[in-house]
Formats: sequence, C-alpha cells, structure tokens
Amino acid sequence: MLYAILRRFGQMLFVMFGISVIVFLIFFATPGADPAARIAGRNASPEVLAAVRHSFGFDQPLYVQYTRMMEKIFVTGDLTSFVNRGWKVVPAVMDSIPVTLSLVFGAAVLWVVVSIIIGIVAAATRDSWLDKLLMALGLLGISMPVYWLGEVMNLITQSRYHDSWAFSWVPPLGYKNFSDDPKGWFLTLVIPWITLAILYIGIYGRVLRAAIIESMQEDYIRTARAKGLSETRILFRHALRTSLIAFVTLFGLDFGALVGGSALLTEVVFGLHGIGKLTYDALQNLDLPMIMATVMYASMFVVIANAVVDFVYILLDPRLRAS
Amino acid sequence: MILSVRDLKVSFRTHDGPVRAIDGVSFDLEESEILGVVGESGSGKTVSLLAVMGLITDPNATIEGSIRYKGRELVGLPPRELRRLRGNEIAMIFQDPMTALTPVYTIGWQIAEQIRAHRGVSKAKAMARVEELLAEVNFPNPHEAMSRYPHQLSGGMRQRAVIAMALSCDPALLVADEPTTALDVTVQAGILDLVRKLRAKHKSAVVFITHDMGVVSELADRVMVMYAGRVVERGTRTELFSDPRHPYTRALLGSIPPLTGQKPRRLPAIPGSPPSLLRLPQGCAFGPRCPVRYEPCEAGKPGLGSGAHAAACFRVAQA
Repeated sequence: MLYAILRRFGQMLFVMFGISVIVFLIFFATPGADPAARIAGRNASPEVLAAVRHSFGFDQPLYVQYTRMMEKIFVTGDLTSFVNRGWKVVPAVMDSIPVTLSLVFGAAVLWVVVSIIIGIVAAATRDSWLDKLLMALGLLGISMPVYWLGEVMNLITQSRYHDSWAFSWVPPLGYKNFSDDPKGWFLTLVIPWITLAILYIGIYGRVLRAAIIESMQEDYIRTARAKGLSETRILFRHALRTSLIAFVTLFGLDFGALVGGSALLTEVVFGLHGIGKLTYDALQNLDLPMIMATVMYASMFVVIANAVVDFVYILLDPRLRAS
Repeated sequence: MILSVRDLKVSFRTHDGPVRAIDGVSFDLEESEILGVVGESGSGKTVSLLAVMGLITDPNATIEGSIRYKGRELVGLPPRELRRLRGNEIAMIFQDPMTALTPVYTIGWQIAEQIRAHRGVSKAKAMARVEELLAEVNFPNPHEAMSRYPHQLSGGMRQRAVIAMALSCDPALLVADEPTTALDVTVQAGILDLVRKLRAKHKSAVVFITHDMGVVSELADRVMVMYAGRVVERGTRTELFSDPRHPYTRALLGSIPPLTGQKPRRLPAIPGSPPSLLRLPQGCAFGPRCPVRYEPCEAGKPGLGSGAHAAACFRVAQA
C-alpha cells in the first residue's frame, strides 16, 4: 500500500515535470516568439534587445533558463513578472489560491450534495412527472452559461432586488478573507457558489440517474430482490455504490480543472481575484513567469485531483484493489 | 403441499403487441420434492418461476392465475408481504454466479445481510451462521472465505456462496434457475451433489430449471417439460425417461448421445426452431416441427389432461 502511494506520488511528479517542460518550451523556445522582443517593446533597438535578453537570462542555454525558472518558482519563490517589474509572481499566486479554493470547494459541496439527491430521487421515481421535472430542470441548468447566469444573479441580488428582504443580506462583490471575517467570507460567496454549482448539478444529476438506472438492471439487483431486501436498501446499498464510480470520475476531472483556473468566468463576473483571473490577465499580457507559475499550480491540482479519484475508486470498488 | 400453481399466465406488452410468455401453466410441489423443469430458451421456464418469486418487476407484465404457497395466495400479495417470504421461505439460485453477487461487498457481508433482513439477530451471530453455511457448502476455509469479494472466487465457489446465501434462512422452497449451466462439467457434478445433500438435510422442496436432460435424470423426482409457454408433458422421472409420450420430449431424449453401444453417425436434431411468441402457429405450438402431426394439431391446442403422467398431444389422447 505504502509502495503504491509512493509510486503514485512519483508518477505525479513526473507528470508535472513533463507539463512544466512543455509549457516552458511553448513560451520560451517557439521560433518567432522571442520573449525579449515582447518585453523590450515593438521598436526596440538591437542594443536594448540584447540588454534585455541578458538581464532576463535569455542568452543562456534553454536548460539553464528552465532550471533557473523552476528554482525561482519552487525554491526561492522570487520570480518576478516580466510586465510589472518587481511584482513577485509566487506570492500573487499564493494570494489567489484561497479565493479560488473557497469558490470551488463551496460550489463542489453544493453540487455534489444536491446532484446526488436529484439523481437518486429521479432514478427511484423513474418516468414519473417528478423525474421528468427534475431532468428538465437539470437540462435548464446545463443550458445557462455561467457568465450570463452570474450577471443575472448580480442584477437581481446587487441592484434590482437588493433592497428587498430577500437579498438585502448580499454584500457587495469581492472577496473577504475567511480568517479576517468568516461571516463576510460566507455571505460574499453564497451567490457565486450557487451560480457555479447550477451547471454541475444539472450534469451530475443526470449522470447519476443514468448510472443508477443502469445498475438496477444488473443481475445482482435481482439477487438482492430475491433475498427479500427492501427497494430502498437495494437502491442505496447495492445500486448506488457502483453508480458512484462514473460520478467520481467526472468529479475528479471537473474539480481539478476548476481549481486550476477554469472557474475564470465565475471569478470575473463576481469580481473574485482567483487563479482563473490571474491566469487570464497573465495571458493577456503574455506575462511568461506568471503563466508559468499559474500553469504549474493548475497542473498540480489536476494531478492531485486525479490521484484522489484513483484512491476513491479503490474505496468504492474492491475489484481494483489488487492492481 | 408446498406450492400449487394453477393456470398461471404471464404476458408482456411489447412494441409489437402483447406476448404471452406463460400460457396456463399448472403444477404442484410436495415437501422436499425435486421438480425438474426442462425446456429450450424462451420456453417460459424461468419466467414462470420468477412469477412465483414475485420477481417480475417489468411494469409491462401482467400475471394471472393462482400461485399458492402453503395454501397462501401469492398473486396480488402486497410487495411488503412478498418480501417477507422471499429469501426467507422461498429462495432462489441464479444461472450466472459471475454476475449474481454484488461486486463491492464481501461474500460474508452479503449472506449476513439476508439473514439480518429476516431474523433479528446481531451482526456477530449472523456472521457465525455465515461461517457454518459456507462450511456446509464445502468451502475449504469458510472463515477466510467470508472476507472474500466475489471477484476473488472461482465460478464454482461463487455458486456455492450463492447457494449458501439461498439456504441461509432455511427456505421451504428453493428455486434453482440453471445453476450449473455456466459452470464446468466437473464443478457441475459437485453442485448437483450439494443440492441433493442439502435437500436431504434442510428438507427444502426444489424446483430445478434446466435445459439439460442429463441433469434432470440425475436429480429430479418429477419432471415438467415446457414448450412455448405451456407444459407439454409431466410425470415422474422414471415415467418420463422410460415412457416419453410427447413427441417433443421424445425428440429431446433422442438427441442425447448414448454412452454405450454403437455411436450414431449423427445425433438426431429437432428440425426448425422454437416459434416466436409473437406469432405462435395455429393449434399446437410444436406442430410445425412435429414428426407425427396430423389434422387435429392445426385445429386446436391440445390440453394436458389431469393424469400424473400426462402429455399435451392429440396423438397421445387418441392412443
């Protein structure tokens, strides 16, 4: 077991190393994308260009540049932005992490709980009006783009109906640190959580419903019925557990991606300065160190999420334990 | 009398119209008797016993007729009442042990679950009983086997676990749906042995569904042959094997290779294939494949009659 965990950890490091090399090469070694030219501006003279190149270390061999960048990200932490000189990249990433984690964690709790309930209820009442209603609502949730839904939420809670009793508790947009103001943290995040979760509730509810219905066709469900178990017990003990495997797969992928920055739209709409926003701004400015740092961070989360998913698989399905 | 089925009819609504899978099946089962139910795939042997178990969950199915278990009518019994019988007094063993057990729980857990569903015993007591049961079905190391997952056992062992599970509450009636079909021949013999031994010990009546005449000849006290949703012949094992009356039974027995004497160059086969239940032929369903058919066969369906050894055939009635 310990060996398996260590091996898995080694694999994670290797994947992250691979990602870092690829990203580095894309931005630093692509012909015609000379970072020095970007930094020095459009009409820089060759002398300026050479000076810039030297001061950023671009005249060094690639592997030296790579090693130096990794050292600055992971060891010394003093990598600075190309765009705003003196702006330290690593602390900027560190500041954004709690924002994104708060947003995604809260939304994930919400969407997992609600979609499991919806999936179970819909599967148990299959083909009834309730099932049809839930699935229609799910489809509606999937169809609403986050940037639109977020704006509508803001319109309702921040301006149009803000003064009504229902939404007067909604604080202005922004993020409050949990350690400074737990209540403010919670209140500012409620609407973003709901907005982000709605899409996933739709997807996950439908996926779980389909998986449960498929499990209910299995032979072992017939055995369970022949044993004289109640339908409730059959559903929760025998059908649900095998159905959760598809659910967990999806969750690992989505959670990793969201924490890695794809919650960008939600972050922008609600004025949350998270990883998504940071990455987006870095890409806009072609701020290579910042891109490098955020991509490394994102890949780390995707890789960790995948490892966690594998671990949960093993918990859910004993057939996978041997390998 | 443990079980008495009268004029059981099961039909399914399908896109192509209603299908009558079981058309007027009647049979009785005495205490600790083994009844062999023989027939080809689609002859209705499994469906009729699933109906007895109350396991036909298809909302498009209708069940008519009467199924009496120890004098109690099961057709139309509320699900909760049926559930109390299932697994407790009436247990079932399924065809494919590979898929009959939930893959994510241990054997011990799954058997204990059934015991605890019907008997208010503690977990420890249930587990002790599981160990006894596994020993009874010849697990070499029952204590260790309890903590095994289904995928860690061979097919034969899984089937033994399924049998142990079926026996866990000492059922008066055991329905075995082709329990040996998916297993190797050597394993098969072991399972048959086990069923015989357990019948002697637990005094359960057994309905043994199979398409294997060899298995029937080894195990059954009485036999019921089914074709296209109807019983075509019934009788004791000896009657059926020494004096088969229905042409279908004769054809089935004729296609068993002889163990002694000269081997035939080709085994006789029954021409054609079983009819689609959607388009049953006029008159006797076996008519189109029957070597001895004559006019009356197309005119009406032959009845089974009331004798202990009876065949649903106009030729037999005529003789």
